[in-house]
Amino acid sequence: MTTRLLAAAAPRPEKTAVLTYNFAYLDEQTKRMIRRTLLKAVAVPGCQIPFASREMPLPYGWGTGGIQVTAAVIGRDDTLKVIDQGADDTTNAVAIRAFFRRTAGIRTTEATAEATVIQTRHRIPETPLTNRQIIVYQVPIPEPLRWLEARETETRRLHALAEYGIMHVRLYEDIVAHGHIATTYNYPVLVNHRYLMSPSPIPKFDNPKLHRSPALQLFGAGREQRIYAVPPYTDVKSLDFDDHPFAIEPWERGCDICGATDSYLDEIITDDRGSRIYACSDTDYCRRRVAAQDAENAGAGQ
Amino acid sequence: MYVAVKGGEKAIARAHEQLARDRRGDPAVPEIGVDQIQGQLPLAVDRVMAEGSLYDPELAALAIKQAAGDLVEAIFLLRAYRTTLPRLGSTAPLETGKMLIKRRISATFKDIPGGQVLGPTFDYTQRLLDDSLLDNGAAAGTTADIPAAATPADLPEPDAFPRVLGILDDEGLIEPAGGHRLENNHHDGPRDSSPPPPDLTREPLEFPAGRELRLQNLARADEGFLLALGYATQRGFGNTHPFAGEIRVGEVELFCTPEELDFPVAIGAIQVTECEMINQFHGRDQIPPQFTRGYGLTFGYNERKAMSMALVDRALRAAELGEPLDSPARDEEFVLYHSDNVEASGFVQHLKLPHYVDFQSELLLVRRLRAERDATAKENRARDTGTHTNPVSTSPAADDRSIAARERRVKTAGGSSETGINEFSGDCAGKCSAACCAECCGKAPGQAAAPAVEGTNR
Repeated sequence: MTTRLLAAAAPRPEKTAVLTYNFAYLDEQTKRMIRRTLLKAVAVPGCQIPFASREMPLPYGWGTGGIQVTAAVIGRDDTLKVIDQGADDTTNAVAIRAFFRRTAGIRTTEATAEATVIQTRHRIPETPLTNRQIIVYQVPIPEPLRWLEARETETRRLHALAEYGIMHVRLYEDIVAHGHIATTYNYPVLVNHRYLMSPSPIPKFDNPKLHRSPALQLFGAGREQRIYAVPPYTDVKSLDFDDHPFAIEPWERGCDICGATDSYLDEIITDDRGSRIYACSDTDYCRRRVAAQDAENAGAGQ
Repeated sequence: MYVAVKGGEKAIARAHEQLARDRRGDPAVPEIGVDQIQGQLPLAVDRVMAEGSLYDPELAALAIKQAAGDLVEAIFLLRAYRTTLPRLGSTAPLETGKMLIKRRISATFKDIPGGQVLGPTFDYTQRLLDDSLLDNGAAAGTTADIPAAATPADLPEPDAFPRVLGILDDEGLIEPAGGHRLENNHHDGPRDSSPPPPDLTREPLEFPAGRELRLQNLARADEGFLLALGYATQRGFGNTHPFAGEIRVGEVELFCTPEELDFPVAIGAIQVTECEMINQFHGRDQIPPQFTRGYGLTFGYNERKAMSMALVDRALRAAELGEPLDSPARDEEFVLYHSDNVEASGFVQHLKLPHYVDFQSELLLVRRLRAERDATAKENRARDTGTHTNPVSTSPAADDRSIAARERRVKTAGGSSETGINEFSGDCAGKCSAACCAECCGKAPGQAAAPAVEGTNR
C-alpha cells in the first residue's frame, strides 16, 4: 500500500541554512496585486479597495498595511523616510526603517525634503510635500463609519449610496452636547466630493494638509485588508456645518525648543511635580529650525 | 531630556539582547533542541502548524523555540514565513476516509464497523501531577515500560473504518457532505464540476462568505476563540444540538497531478484530526427533517480545536438553514473577522505603540471641555447669587458635582483659614477674596455676611 510506504516516510531533505527574501520582502506577484489595487484606489479617490493583505514579519496593527504599500511602490533609487507620531526615532519608525534597509537595501533619510517615499503613522510632516513625493499612511481602522456601524456589509452599502447622514448626526450631537465638534483626531473627510474617508488617526491639525496636496497620498490597512488613496491636487474637505465651520485649535504657546508656533506640539512631562515642556512632534522640522537659528546667530555674531 | 523620551535604535537592540538571554535561561542547563521540541512537545507543534497554516513540524518547533514557548508568537513567526513561499500547485482533496487510523471514536453508536480505537489520549487520565517526570527519565523503567509504537504495517487497513456519518447517509437520515438533502433526493452540495474553492490567503475576506471560505478561516482560527464560541453554543447562545458523530486522527496521503502528467502522484502524508458533528434539524420548506453536519479539520492532533471548529461551522450555517441570527457564533462577520490570533494579537498589542499625538489632541479637548464646563458653572452661580437675596441659599452641595469647583473651594479655604474663617460656612463676613465669597457667602468682599446660623442649619 502506498499509504504505508509514505507513513514510514524517508527523513526530510536537508534544509538550506539561509532563508532568502525578495527585494522589499514581498514576492513580485504580491507586489503586482497591490499595485493593481493602488491603481484602482487612485482612480476612485477615497474609496476603500479590498486587497489580499499578506502576513508581514511585523505584527498587524503596527503598520503592515503601510509597509505593504511602501514595498509595492518603492524602487532601488528611492529614499525612504519613516515617521511615527511625527518623529523619526520612535521605536516603531526605527523598526520599519530597519526592515526596509535590511530587505531592500535602499537609502533612508530623516529629512522630509530629501525623501521620495514617506511612510507615516499619525502625522503629516510640517514641511510641505511636493509632487515628487509619495506619502504612505498606516491605517488601523479604514472605515470612518466603523464606530457608528460595526458591520462591514452595512457600511459598504452606506458608501455605495453616499449615505453619510449618521456621521453628520454624530457631529451634530457633539455640538449639542459640547457646543462644538469633539473629534480631535481621525477627523472624517469627504474626498473629491464623493467618498467619506478616514484620514487615519492624524490630529485634525493635519487635516488641511490633505487638501490639494501635490504629493500622492496612499493609505494601507493591512489587518483590515483595505487600500485607498488621494491623488495629487484632490479636494479633501473636513466635514463641518455652515454655522460650525471646521477649524484647527490654535496653540497658546510655541515649541520650547525651536519656538515654532505653526507646528503640532507634544506635551512632555519632565518631572514628578507636573512640570512639562512642549516640543514639535515633527522632530525633523524642529531640528531644522534650530540649525537655521544657530546658523543665523553665528552669522550675526561675526 | 527630550531625546530620552523617545525610543531609539540602541534601546531596541538592548531589548532584543535581553530577550535572547531570557530565552536561553540558565546557561548551566543544556539548551533545548528543536528536535526535542518536535519530538516531545508534539501537541504544541501541531497547534502552531494548524494556526500557522503551514505543515512543517521542524519549522514549527523552531518557531516555538524562538518564541520562548509563546505559541501565538510562534504561530505568527510561521505565518510570516509561510507568506513568502511560492505556490507550486494544489493537491486533490484529502481522502480522510482512507486515513491510516491512529484514533477513531464515535459518541453516537456503541459499536461501529472497525470499532472504537482510543489511541493516544488524555481522556480518562486522572489529572494528577506525575512527579516521576521531574527527574528526566530517572524514574526506574519509565521509558522501558512504554511499549514500542505500532509500525504502520501493524495498523489495520484504512478500509476497515467506514465513516460513521456515511452509515446515516445510506439511510438518508443526514444531509450529504456539503449540502442538505432536498425533497426530491438530490442535493445542492458541491459537485465535481464545482469551481475551485476560494483561497483566503490570496483573496480578501468579503461577505457573505461561502462555507469553503468559512472553513478555511476556522481551520487557522485561534483555538481559544473557537473553544469559547463552541462552548457558548452548547450553553444556549446558538444551540445546534450536537453529537460527536466521529472523530478520527491519523495520517492521510496527499495527491497532486503535475501539469505534465495526467494521473495523480502521492507527494507525502500529513497527520490530521477530523471531527464530524451530527446536529438536529427539524426541516423547513423543501427540506425534510434530517440530521445536519458540522465539520472540523486541523493539522496534527488537536481534538479540542477540531470539535470546537465543527460546532462553530454548524452554528455559522444558521442563515442557510433558516435559523435566527441571534448569537455571536451564528454571526459570520463577528466570527470570521475576529478569529485570527495573529491579527487580534497584533491589534490589541499595538496599543503599546506611541500614541502621543492622538493623546495630545484628546488632552487638549478634555481640558477645553473642562474649562467650558467650569465657566458655565461659574456663570450659573453668578446668576443665582445675583438674584437671591439670601446668599446661603446657593447650596454648596449643588456645586459638589464639579471637581474643579471643589478644588477651588479647598484652595480658598486654605487661604481663608489664616484669617480664622471656617470653610463654606458663610461666616467669613466678607473678609476673604471675591472668589471665595462667590463660593461660600456670596457677598462681595467687605460686605456683611448673612446670618451664619441660618445658612448652616439648612
